[in-house]
Formats: sequence, C-alpha cells, structure tokens
Amino acid sequence: MHISSSFTPLSALAGGALIGLSASILWWTHGRVAGVSGLLGGLVDRDGADRDERPWFLLGLVAAGALLLVARPSAFPSAHAPLAVTAVAGLLVGVGTRLGSGCTSGHGVCGLSRLSPRSLASTLTFLATGAATVLAVRLLGGGS
Amino acid sequence: MKARAAALSAGALFGVGLGVSGMTLPAKVRGFLDVGGDWDPSLAFVMLGAIGVHLALLRATRARRAPVFHPVFHPPTTARIDAPLLAGAAVFGVGWGLGGVCPGPAIVHLGAGGASAWTFVLAMVAGMALHGAARRALAPRPPLRAEQADTP
Repeated sequence: MHISSSFTPLSALAGGALIGLSASILWWTHGRVAGVSGLLGGLVDRDGADRDERPWFLLGLVAAGALLLVARPSAFPSAHAPLAVTAVAGLLVGVGTRLGSGCTSGHGVCGLSRLSPRSLASTLTFLATGAATVLAVRLLGGGS
Repeated sequence: MKARAAALSAGALFGVGLGVSGMTLPAKVRGFLDVGGDWDPSLAFVMLGAIGVHLALLRATRARRAPVFHPVFHPPTTARIDAPLLAGAAVFGVGWGLGGVCPGPAIVHLGAGGASAWTFVLAMVAGMALHGAARRALAPRPPLRAEQADTP
C-alpha cells in the first residue's frame, strides 16, 4: 500500500473535530441528527422542514462556502469534472441517500457516533461501492 | 431567533470543518477511495476526529430530556438493516466515487458558486424528488393524510 504525499492528518483531524462539535451543537439545541441529506431531503419532501430551523443549518453550510472562498481558497478545486459526469453523480447521490436514509454525515459521522449497526452497514456499503467506482474509473482510463 | 442563529452557526461550523479537513476537494475524497492507488488516508482522520468529539459530547448531553429550542429530540427511528438501506448506500457510493462529492460539501460548494456546484446540487435535489415521487407512487394509499411529520 502506498501513502500519498497529499495526506494531511492534522488538518483532517482538526476539521473532523469541528464537524463533530457542530453535530453535537445541532443535537443539543434542536435535537436533530446532522445528516445533510436528511436535512435537505426533508425540505424536498416538504415534511415540515420549512417550518423549523433545519433550512438555517443548510444556509450555514452555504455561508461557510462563501467564507472559505475568501479565507481559504485552497479548499476548492481548481479543475472540475465534465458537467454531464457531475450531473450523473449528483443524481445518484440524491436517490441513494434518500433510499438509504443518510450519507457520510448522517450515517458515517452521526450514526457511527451512536454506535449504530445500521449506520455501520450503510457506511461499509458506500465505502465499498465508492472505492469500486474509483477503481473502475481508473482502470477504464476515464479521467474525470 | 436564537434558535435560527444556533442552527445557522452549527451549519457554518460544519461547513468550515469540511473545508479545513480538505473534504471540499473531490480529488482528496477520491484519493481516499483509491485504496490501491496513490492512497490519501485523510478522510479516515476526518471521521476519527468527528466521531471522537461527537461520541463524547453525545454522552455529555444524555441527561437532558429535551433540546434547548425544541420540545423533543428526534433520534433515528429505525435500527433495521434492510434492503433499501443497503441498496441506497450502494447507489450513493457510486455517485460519491464518481463525483468525489457528498451532500455536505455539495452545499458548501454552492457558497463558492460556479456551474459545477449548481449542476451537482440541482441533480441531487432532482434525485431526492425522484425518490420521493417513486415512494409515494409505490406506497399503499393511506385513508387520510396522516403523514404530517413533526407534529407530536
């Protein structure tokens, strides 16, 4: 196994700690699991999310993007995949996260912090198909 | 007002955490998933930091009967490991590997703007709406609209 020179353990741990702190604040103040696909999906499904504070969390994510663009522009990629690939990826992420009731934040961070076997099963599954997809793209020579 | 400010701050903190950790960079995410290639273990360290802090703080708030701004907590409602869970996770993983973007970073990208960010989020929302429509079409018809969530 070869470790990449772009490995950044310290900033990864620090950023992760901020994510864990944020998830704890949302739970403590609103009693909500900080699962981004669940928060957004609640709005899309109009389950009443528009009447509570959930959209404000999403707005905070957008605000962070604007802030990072100024304070840490290296947080964003300089090159992008073709828009068609991006659209297919987005569509799969949308369908998959709703069908599977969560994503990297809801199952991967919050669920695993709750020691949930359901979230562990989900996380292992999306890691496996994610790794298989990256491998397939590399073997097929498709650079995206 | 305070409730909205708390949710907004938590969201901003989450987004900054994603940016600091490098998870807003699709190449870094794909670098983690590329186990046999030029492997970048950063994502595992992000998970480690996030889970370590959240696990500890969840335990600290366990004595509370209710959150600060709401009458009740909304914990996950099921523990079942079923076909939709696994199928959904599998489909999500393919999209995640393809784009190197999951829902959190996707929303953060919106704040930075650009055609790529909007394309991903609009497609993701369309996928969510598609799933919602399919679920409603396949579900047995309820006698009345008794599905209003969050009304205790």
